[in-house]
Amino acid sequence: MSKFLIRRIILGLLTLFLVSIVVFAATQALPGNAAQAILGRDATPQRVAALTAQLHLGESVTSQYLHWLGGVVRGHLGTSAATQESVSSLIGGRLANTAFLVLVAAIVALPLSIVLGVWMAVKRDRAADHVLSTGTLVLAALPEFVIGIFLAWLLATNLTHVFPAVSLVAPGQHAWDQPNVVVLPAATLIIAVTPYISRIMRASMVEVLESDYVTMARLKGLSNRVVIWRHAVPNAIVPAIQVSALQLAYMAGGVVVVEYVFSYPGIGAQLVDSVSNRDVPVVQALTIIIAAVYVVVNLLADLTTILVTPRLRTASR
Amino acid sequence: MTTTATEATRPASNGAVDVRNLRIELVRDGTDVVDGIMIEVVAGEVLGLVGESGSGKTTVGMALMGYCRPGGQVVGGDVLIDGHDVRKLSADELGRLRGGTVAYIPQDPGTALNPALRIGRQLSEMLEAHKSSISESERDARIREALEEVALPPSDEFLRRYSHQLSGGQQQRVAIAMAFACRPHVIVCDEPTTGLDVTTQARVLQTIRELCQNHKVAALYVSHDLAVVAELADQVAVMYAGRIVERGPRDVIFSQPRHPYTRRLLRAVPDLEGKRPIEGIAGHAPLPGNRPEGCFFEPRCLQAVDRCRTAFPEAVEYEPGHWVSCYRADETPKDGHVLAPGRLEAPADVGEVVLSAEQLDARYLKKQTLFDINLAVARNECLALVGESGSGKTTLARCISGLHRDYTGTVKLGDTTLARSARQRGREARQRIQYIFQNPYASLNPRRTIGQTIARQLALFESGSGHDRRARVEECLERVALSARAADRYPDQLSGGERQRVAIARALAAEPWVLVCDEITSALDVSVQAAIVELLADLRQQTGLSMLFITHNLALIRTIADRVSVMTGGRIVETGPVSEVFEAPKAEYTQQLLANTPTIEAALGRNGSGD
Repeated sequence: MSKFLIRRIILGLLTLFLVSIVVFAATQALPGNAAQAILGRDATPQRVAALTAQLHLGESVTSQYLHWLGGVVRGHLGTSAATQESVSSLIGGRLANTAFLVLVAAIVALPLSIVLGVWMAVKRDRAADHVLSTGTLVLAALPEFVIGIFLAWLLATNLTHVFPAVSLVAPGQHAWDQPNVVVLPAATLIIAVTPYISRIMRASMVEVLESDYVTMARLKGLSNRVVIWRHAVPNAIVPAIQVSALQLAYMAGGVVVVEYVFSYPGIGAQLVDSVSNRDVPVVQALTIIIAAVYVVVNLLADLTTILVTPRLRTASR
Repeated sequence: MTTTATEATRPASNGAVDVRNLRIELVRDGTDVVDGIMIEVVAGEVLGLVGESGSGKTTVGMALMGYCRPGGQVVGGDVLIDGHDVRKLSADELGRLRGGTVAYIPQDPGTALNPALRIGRQLSEMLEAHKSSISESERDARIREALEEVALPPSDEFLRRYSHQLSGGQQQRVAIAMAFACRPHVIVCDEPTTGLDVTTQARVLQTIRELCQNHKVAALYVSHDLAVVAELADQVAVMYAGRIVERGPRDVIFSQPRHPYTRRLLRAVPDLEGKRPIEGIAGHAPLPGNRPEGCFFEPRCLQAVDRCRTAFPEAVEYEPGHWVSCYRADETPKDGHVLAPGRLEAPADVGEVVLSAEQLDARYLKKQTLFDINLAVARNECLALVGESGSGKTTLARCISGLHRDYTGTVKLGDTTLARSARQRGREARQRIQYIFQNPYASLNPRRTIGQTIARQLALFESGSGHDRRARVEECLERVALSARAADRYPDQLSGGERQRVAIARALAAEPWVLVCDEITSALDVSVQAAIVELLADLRQQTGLSMLFITHNLALIRTIADRVSVMTGGRIVETGPVSEVFEAPKAEYTQQLLANTPTIEAALGRNGSGD
């Protein structure tokens, strides 16, 4: 087990290293002089030169990359080119807001998807299953900005005004100080990911419900509840875990659109701003963070898979 | 003939199990799965319910538990357990019945034990569900007692294991312990020894027999294995296509069977003593919805007359307790005693050695699994490789075929030493050694028609245009007694026996010298197995084909092979002509295998009533 963990962590770091190269290369590929782009057309040559020096733009690409990487490894994400703030303090609060949003969405979406999937499988081919299957398929087909706008239209302007259409958070405060602002973005994310996870859960549950051990559990005279939750679900959950990981990781990136729709003060909105401002150090920091989330979430999913699968758990002993 | 009264009117019996006129239909369209089922089992007795796959025997077994597989429903008849009709029970009462009064021993404990739950949990939940009044310590004691009864260690360490940490025999004994844990009155055993080695099977059967006797349990033992049923059962019922065609006391069924199906079935069972040849039954049993008007066996029956096509015959009692559903059951059968010795084919003349392995050692996952294997197969010879699971026989076959490359030593085709992996072997070697897999359900590509599967093999090894190929495909199918129409079918449209014929046809399409047959009949019914064996024998005679025939079934070897190598623990412990090895086994292991193999003759003889 620990051998597996160490190997996976090393592989994860390697992934991040490769991502850092790709990200760095991508920011280099943006056309024009970054310093000029940041400062605008009216900037004096002196200021452009100063910024060029500050961003090490005059050095070779490799040297720039190593410089940046060295900083990242030591925990210095650099200085925002646009605001001259340190990147960590600039994105720190926003990162917390996004983490809060994703966490809220995950805490609701994961159990909800599992329960929905189990329910659909148990009611297989009956009306409830057909309705839910079709419904989740329709939702899965909708892009999240459509869902977000629809929710804002419905719950923030027409039906009720309880939830703000724009998630304004007072400066110095965090999203959890004003839970109201999280509801709509979180709901959008939940609606975006639940269909996938629940459909996978339904499919694997249908298969497990037909297995010999479930028939055996029924022939042992166990109650339906025990048969489903003790005998079937633990065996059906692995595909759902894997998809959940993909969806969670997707949330970390897909949150960009959702945050933008609701102007939620998270890293997504920040990323959009920074890209348009050519704020290279912030873009690099955020993409690396999102990549790290992908790696960590997938690692966690694999670990959970091993934990719920005795065959895997005991094999690596 | 003693009576013609129909049995449906008989008075209530005091048997623990009493099934009358049971009819189960498909919900979809009302086709009958089983009908007119009559079964009676008294406490302490075992009823062997014999039938081939699809005969409905498992459906009947599960009906005793008030359970119907999805898609089926009980629509008629009574299922009385201890005098109570399970069809009238509420959901709660059914829950108490299942596992409490009637317990179930599954066919394949490997899939019937939950992989995510510890053995201890799966045992204790049985008691929690049915003996909720007992304390936790009593429950624990009961679990350990149940394990001891089936000769498993009652230790904490064992209870913490998962099913994948147990051997097949241990898994089955856990399932038996589970079934007997709540002291049921009735046990339904659904082919519980099918996947087990003979040694393990003998132990498991012994356990079931003792537990049934000690606890006065009525057992329904569902099986396709007539030898096992002969060993274990007091009463036997023979099912065919959803009907019980014959039933009665064991000795009567095995020594004086009256139904042509029973007689043919017995003749399909390979004889360990090698005194009678085996005969397959052509065709296969009709599935629900495709059953004929009259007697269901009529299309395959050699004794059928016009009357057989009119209506399904009623069961009639010929000797006390011996009921037969056949219009011609009172006539003296012309085919003589069903287990009478017959003429066996003389051993084939063998030629030069075509395939050999010398000093072969193989490793699997860094562990040595084969030790110093030497064998040789001559032209037109069938060498059987027999051993229990884990003996290394499949690994050996895979080394020989180039599917397992981690070995040292030499494998020769004729005089040529072969490379380790099939990929490095020349076309010739790949063509001349053909492997047939155990499971015909998994070895054919479900997305290709049979014709495409065979055409692909032809394309690999011979040139020819599309038109020729179609003709060649049909020729290949003909060689395995399949009609040309099969070429357009997909594997899932064929029966297991037909699929295995396709697998054989595919192998033959390469015009091999040696067929490596890896347990190719073990997934098939005996009547189908016998037909496949006959087919292989014919092919050998016609083409001088050599075979390496891997099996765990000793009786089958007696029928098919010229020589046999007995394997255990990765070593060949004995090799010799089949008759010598079977009649005077030298290795202790061979003796033990032979002693543990159940046979009808021995079972009847042991009880002093056979002949």
